[in-house]
Amino acid sequence: MNFRTPLSTARGLGSAKHGVGHWLSERVAAVALVPLVIWGAYSVILLAQLDYYGAVEWIASPVNATLMILTIAISFMHMASGVRVIVEDYIYGHLTKAAALLLNLFICGLAGALAIMSILKVALGGA
Amino acid sequence: MSPHLQVWRWHVTMLTSILHRVTGVGLYLGGLIAAAWAISLAAGPETYETFKALLGSPLGKFVMFGMTLSVFYHLGNGVRHLVWDLGHGLDLKSANSSAYMVFGFTVAATLATWAIAFQIGAL
Repeated sequence: MNFRTPLSTARGLGSAKHGVGHWLSERVAAVALVPLVIWGAYSVILLAQLDYYGAVEWIASPVNATLMILTIAISFMHMASGVRVIVEDYIYGHLTKAAALLLNLFICGLAGALAIMSILKVALGGA
Repeated sequence: MSPHLQVWRWHVTMLTSILHRVTGVGLYLGGLIAAAWAISLAAGPETYETFKALLGSPLGKFVMFGMTLSVFYHLGNGVRHLVWDLGHGLDLKSANSSAYMVFGFTVAATLATWAIAFQIGAL
């Protein structure tokens, strides 16, 4: 015997109404990454010629440090949201999915934070 | 698995979709390499030179070549997706021709990047 009204049975079964935010933020990050990644590719071949001291001097420039931090921060945001969609698409088990989603988020958060802290340390002259 | 990959005839838009995800996952490793670069720089000269030697080794160059292909493919196809999101180029003919444009861009940009790297002595 079901004492619930048809309305209460249907409630909560629709979308969480949060999808648009994720979809939109993924695209905002993608747009920002277009110029940043091209600059990043140019920077990689520039840095490949430089030794340690050259690289330290390069990252000490505020423009380079800022662009590098932005590239890394936005890349890791984009990586986290992209792999999140892949996990949601292909992993079905409740627990496995939750574990994979958390692992993805923690890897991106940790690696991104470590990278940004490292850039700041060198750029601000503490290396 | 849906949409039943076994019974589908391969076509170019299907390939570009799959490659977008494959290169995206590949670039996850690329992001971690970029983070390792920053961490090794902060660790000092010895660690940094070890990191550079690792990337400069034949295996390191092979990985970086794959990353270059992946980054330009994902970039080009990402722009293609953004154009679609604005509602343009969604018909079959445009979608097919933009797929080949992305392949062309990927190869050209990768070769140009490595040619410039070679020219300025970065290899």
